[in-house]
Amino acid sequence: MTARPVRSEAVLVEANVAARDVALALRIEPGETVALLGPNGSGKSTLLGVIAGTLRDDSSRVAVGERALTGATTWVAPHERGIGLLAQDPLLFPHLSVLANVGFGPRSEGARRAAAAEAARTWLARVGCTDLAARKPAQLSGGQAQRVALARALAAEPAVLLLDEPLAALDVDTRPAMRQLLREVLRDRTAVIAIHDVLDALLLADRVVVLESGRVVEDGPTAEVLTRPRSAFAARVAGLNLLAGRWASGVLVGERSVAGRSHDGLVEGGEAVAAFRPSAVSVYRRAPDGSPRNAWPVTVDALEPQGDQVRVRAGDLSALVTPQAVAELDLAPGAPAVFVVKAAEVELYPR
Amino acid sequence: MSLRRLAAATVVALLGSGLAACSDPSVPAVDDSHPKRLTVYAASSLKPAFDQLGSTFEDAHPGTLVDFNYAGSSDLVAQIEQGAPADVFASADTKNMEKLGAAAVDPADFATNTLEIAVPPDNPAHVTRLDDLARPGVQLVTCAPQVPCGAAAALVEAGAKLDWKPVSEEQSVADVLGKVESGEADAGLVYVTDVKAAGDKVEGIEIPAAVNATNTYPIASLEGAKDADLAAAWVAYVTGPAGQRVLREYGFGRA
Amino acid sequence: MRAGEPALPRWAWLPAAGGAVLVLLPLAALVAEVPWRDFAGLVTSDSARVALGLSLRTAVASTVLCVLLGTPMALVLARSSFRGLPLLRAAVLLPLVLPPVVAGIALLATFGRRGLLGHVLEVAGVQVAFSTLAVVLAQTFVALPFLVTSLEGALRTAGRRYETVAASLGASPTRVLLRVTLPLVLPGLFSGAVLAFARALGEFGATITFAGSLQGVTRTLPLEIYLQREVDPDAAVALSVLLMAVAVVVIVVARRDRSGL
Repeated sequence: MTARPVRSEAVLVEANVAARDVALALRIEPGETVALLGPNGSGKSTLLGVIAGTLRDDSSRVAVGERALTGATTWVAPHERGIGLLAQDPLLFPHLSVLANVGFGPRSEGARRAAAAEAARTWLARVGCTDLAARKPAQLSGGQAQRVALARALAAEPAVLLLDEPLAALDVDTRPAMRQLLREVLRDRTAVIAIHDVLDALLLADRVVVLESGRVVEDGPTAEVLTRPRSAFAARVAGLNLLAGRWASGVLVGERSVAGRSHDGLVEGGEAVAAFRPSAVSVYRRAPDGSPRNAWPVTVDALEPQGDQVRVRAGDLSALVTPQAVAELDLAPGAPAVFVVKAAEVELYPR
Repeated sequence: MSLRRLAAATVVALLGSGLAACSDPSVPAVDDSHPKRLTVYAASSLKPAFDQLGSTFEDAHPGTLVDFNYAGSSDLVAQIEQGAPADVFASADTKNMEKLGAAAVDPADFATNTLEIAVPPDNPAHVTRLDDLARPGVQLVTCAPQVPCGAAAALVEAGAKLDWKPVSEEQSVADVLGKVESGEADAGLVYVTDVKAAGDKVEGIEIPAAVNATNTYPIASLEGAKDADLAAAWVAYVTGPAGQRVLREYGFGRA
Repeated sequence: MRAGEPALPRWAWLPAAGGAVLVLLPLAALVAEVPWRDFAGLVTSDSARVALGLSLRTAVASTVLCVLLGTPMALVLARSSFRGLPLLRAAVLLPLVLPPVVAGIALLATFGRRGLLGHVLEVAGVQVAFSTLAVVLAQTFVALPFLVTSLEGALRTAGRRYETVAASLGASPTRVLLRVTLPLVLPGLFSGAVLAFARALGEFGATITFAGSLQGVTRTLPLEIYLQREVDPDAAVALSVLLMAVAVVVIVVARRDRSGL
């Protein structure tokens, strides 16, 4: 594992970029992971750019811990900020081997070749890519490349890690493993992660900040923002189903019993949460054949149009279905129905 | 198919515009009073003299236009051999005239040219005589021995029993003159007529006749002349008293 | 026939063939003119060998100068922004459109004895005119834009994303340049250098105007060809084909090396 303890610093940022109509202030606590949610052009990239120093704007202020990075007379260049970047594309230097890529940060900090290689191996092991050390980036799969990119960013031992859609370019098969890896490395780090997948946000972030038109429109603990969104954007993309209970014999036991994909850290008898998207819920009038593991009889409370779909609310659960399905099933408030969710669509993680 | 139609349309359009231009009443028709054209190919060094002779010849022969093509003699010979429409050829040396053989009708020598030392007006290297050209530190520029002016320079060098080391052996007299005019060179060997034509941009220093090289300029009308009589008239004009007077003015010697 | 690749419209072959004929026919005609029986003798004559040697030496020196000066220029043009940058870019590219003779006159006006820097150079004991240095200067002047444009294009294509990542890893601007930017654009730098070399090898007008013409000192192969044309057209043709062959070899070898990168 890492030789040194993780440096965790608080980040204070006031981004005022008139040209992009961005004006927002944010404080990130030491060790906290903040997810930025918001539509395209809402200011996520601008905020990350201001923190990283790739965007220079004299009226913005950034401080990491006690150290002011920008100010009326201060400008700390990007390479002296100690702020790591992980983008959607791995952007591994194509002319360097995997080992040299990961060792790039330590070398830049003045480490000798052997020491840098040693650190690089440690981090490659941390992301499970030890056997890729000698390869060139062109010989890696997308998932492998992103793991190596993460190792490279971490090897530079940044005080703050900025992640811009780190999972967006990965395919469905490699995404869970990378998500899990990020969950582990972000646990005790100060990090800001721009993300569009709310489930990723739920699993990775302590806090969610929703941006719209360059302003903060919502800011709160992840579960709260995602289950009871107040802003228009969050309501559209979030509205997750969250079920609380205890972890027992491989299922979540609470008001309802929920089977799903379990994440690391679940303890027998410990508190746990199940999360799934409304769109993953299938609605039936009667329980379907084959007795699926997650089938819950409910009573429909309300039908709310959402885009070209209809949100079916039943107690603390909701489902997204097509208007045709509503008509075929003859759904109406007060009608009985059965909500069915495949176990593969449910994420179970410790509380 | 459509491509062919496009091509046809283009041709028609081009023809149309040409015809329109021809029938445009504002464009004067070809002047019938100037039907005779004479094309003279002449060595570059003859340009100032021949330009003047050309206009006086036109005055003396109303209804005649003289066109000149000036270039190095060997270039002109090559062009004539390739079928260029020349009526008269005036060469800077006999060697190039001989290359034309029977195509040149009765060549006659009409002028000579000798070398002179050209120096910048302020004469930075204080060159006063031929011996100075061999002095170390004097930046001398000559023509390459492969071209006529360079061959002439080599004759002078040998005749004066000197051994000079030019810093550059140029392609043509104009190149040598350019280097002297710009002050890059302290001295250059060019023809008397070039020094004269350069006006006050260079100073000329005479070379003793005993060691100087003389180029003889022959002129001839050509076999394929459009108007043999007119071509002969030009040759006669240049070799005659009026032509010789003008050539003297420009520094050429008597043949 | 490979599936899935959109076909080139058939009519495009016609102008393409026209262009190929325009370029290849004169070259073929030149080769046809070569007196092959005397070829070996003509291209191995003393003056030819000296001229070729001088050409190769000066073109290599010019290419090195182009790389040393042109790389930072391309970086400034591609990676910075300030008032007057578009104007500067246009000025840098000017030698591409300038007649070489004009380039020669401009160089004379700068480095000549009575030029802008002439006095300074004379005091420093440097004589540029009529020296091999003048040949290298002339070649560099006309070849530099080839390297700069080709490298600037490569830099723009490569973008700044890798550089941003490198900086976030703590790399100083110098380290980013040497370890990331330049390795990434190496193919562009290489092809730019090959173009510059080819241009330097063929340089004529600026050289004859600025440097003069003296065997072994300033008379490069193109100047030798021009001179031989006066006395021995066969030799001129043979030397032209020799120059062409050298250029073709350089370009082919460079391409092969590049694909092997």
